[in-house]
Amino acid sequence: MTTATSNPQAGRDRASDKQLWIHAYRQMVRIRLFEEQVNELYTRALMPGLAHLYSGEEAVAVGVCEALRLEDYITSTHRGHGHCLAKGASPDRMFAELLGKEAGYCRGKGGSMHIADPATGNLGANAIVGGSVGIATGAAFAAKRLGNGRVAVCFFGEGALGQGSLYEVMNLAQLWKLPVLYVCENNLYNEYTHYTETTAGTILGRARAFGLEATVVDGQDVRAVRDAALRLVTRARAGEGPGFLEADTYRYSGHHVGDINREYYRSKQEEHYWKSERDPIQLHAHWLMKQGCADRDSLDQIAVEARAEMVEAVKFAMAAPYPSTHQVEEDVYA
Amino acid sequence: MPERELTFAQAVREALAEEMRHDPRVCIFGEDVAEAGTPFKVLSGLVEEFGPERLIDTPISEAGFTGIAVGAAMTGLRPVVDIMFGDFVTLAMDQMVNQAAKIHYMSGGHWRVPMVLRTTLGATRRSAAQHSQSLHAWFSHIPGLKVVLPSTPYDAKGLLKAAIRDENPVVFFEDKMMYKLKGPVPAEDYAIPLGVAEVKRSGDDITLVATSSMVQVALGAANLLEKQSISAEVIDPRTTWPLDEAAILASAKKTSRVIVLDEGYGRYGVASEIAAVIAEGAFYDLDAPVKRMGAMQVPIPFSPPLEDATVPTEETVCAAARAMCKHQL
Repeated sequence: MTTATSNPQAGRDRASDKQLWIHAYRQMVRIRLFEEQVNELYTRALMPGLAHLYSGEEAVAVGVCEALRLEDYITSTHRGHGHCLAKGASPDRMFAELLGKEAGYCRGKGGSMHIADPATGNLGANAIVGGSVGIATGAAFAAKRLGNGRVAVCFFGEGALGQGSLYEVMNLAQLWKLPVLYVCENNLYNEYTHYTETTAGTILGRARAFGLEATVVDGQDVRAVRDAALRLVTRARAGEGPGFLEADTYRYSGHHVGDINREYYRSKQEEHYWKSERDPIQLHAHWLMKQGCADRDSLDQIAVEARAEMVEAVKFAMAAPYPSTHQVEEDVYA
Repeated sequence: MPERELTFAQAVREALAEEMRHDPRVCIFGEDVAEAGTPFKVLSGLVEEFGPERLIDTPISEAGFTGIAVGAAMTGLRPVVDIMFGDFVTLAMDQMVNQAAKIHYMSGGHWRVPMVLRTTLGATRRSAAQHSQSLHAWFSHIPGLKVVLPSTPYDAKGLLKAAIRDENPVVFFEDKMMYKLKGPVPAEDYAIPLGVAEVKRSGDDITLVATSSMVQVALGAANLLEKQSISAEVIDPRTTWPLDEAAILASAKKTSRVIVLDEGYGRYGVASEIAAVIAEGAFYDLDAPVKRMGAMQVPIPFSPPLEDATVPTEETVCAAARAMCKHQL
């Protein structure tokens, strides 16, 4: 099976495409620098709880979300900061949530693994692996029933392929021709275990067994991800049924920030290969420059701006107050 | 004009039909809910009026369709999920406990999950260990869920309408042995607020706090006790959460003796919780320790004499009440 790659001609001589791909670059850089700040906060013991970094996988969230509309829905995962940012969340309120502050997206009650934001269609990150497959499929059901033209995207890691509920909802989505796209981010590791040790058969075969339109894409190539996602989203929106996108990618950090000694499950050479040869931001930068869409200075400027944005966002979150303890019993019931 | 009577099943169906007429967002998900009208025939006829678009037959995938209902509830529908036997809720627990119950809180109040999960409870139907349990205590334990246990056709209609209109996930337990029970049900629209107990029978000597199937048992026991000059009050919380603690405590203080009857397991169960509420709130008004009666701590057996031994009956409740009262009366 061949992995889809982007059309090398795409974007040439088209101002709107140029804007799109520069925007995609900016979004990936913002996610990378957001996660750098998270790593910094966590290792300095300024962030409570756990931090699961998305670094290395940026092209998947950005490529997919560039194929969506603001009102479309997403569900996310424990490794969800990239999805939230790509869908339009603001870093200051995200950092505030990560620090448990009242200004956070969930008033400090959700934390890193539960960021949700109705304004950007984010139904919420989920700390149960595979926990949101029903929610995303249900949002697609409502969209179809209400005829509002929305699509739901369910992001999950390849670890969620072990959950039976995924197969229940894919069956239902195809039976009912729901406008949902299942995006399997295959970063190779179910926590500390290589996915080939947990996954019989093929990944696409599982989706195709239910008749879903399924394809695999190079998850380090943001243009390829966007092209594939747009095709699947467009047909889902048109009522032609659900899609399944496997994006092959890599998690640069450990399962969480504290997962430092990783040699027992993956080699340093493998990590080095992905970071040096397969980095989605560098690959896209080279393409932008080769196409004449950008030069090194303009790309560096994007990084400078993104870094300043993240530094300011952290400052905002650090200065923001904690919620008052009287809020602990609020929001249990609507 | 004589009062109109419906069966418990008809009352449930009428509540659903009225809410579906009144609100196009209401739809029903479940196994064999459309043409079959469920194995208990509770939903018979609804598909003729509302069509398969709103009575949505699903595969046997409780986790899948319950999860879909959670997502649909968040995004503009008001789903009612039908889980045929209460025992099957185990298959949908993550969707109810980790998702539906927590989404409003985890999102800081931004998302809502206005859905109802209807299911059944109750033994003595000769259905053995995997079709007979009363598992409502599990849901009552979880913040974010509401739990409703109607005991009459009148309550079934009014409580179900309130549950469907509620902005929160509500778990609604129907005693499958009660589906054919008849009682007065007004044809007009009415909703019974969740969290309001009702005194089903007034009395002075002892309080029987009873839920769902046990309300009928308690009423029967009260009749037996009356013949022995013991005046029993029967109070039905109607919802285990929110729980009308004030009404329960008022009755306990009035009679000074309480038996709590609930068909779930007593160990760490609803009866235990209500007994604790009474112990904390009415201790100095009591003349006897609060007694719990519920299912025996065994898987529900198939053999009829064994099964019948596992649940309280009018006779066992009457005997327990007499024993509690004998020294004082």
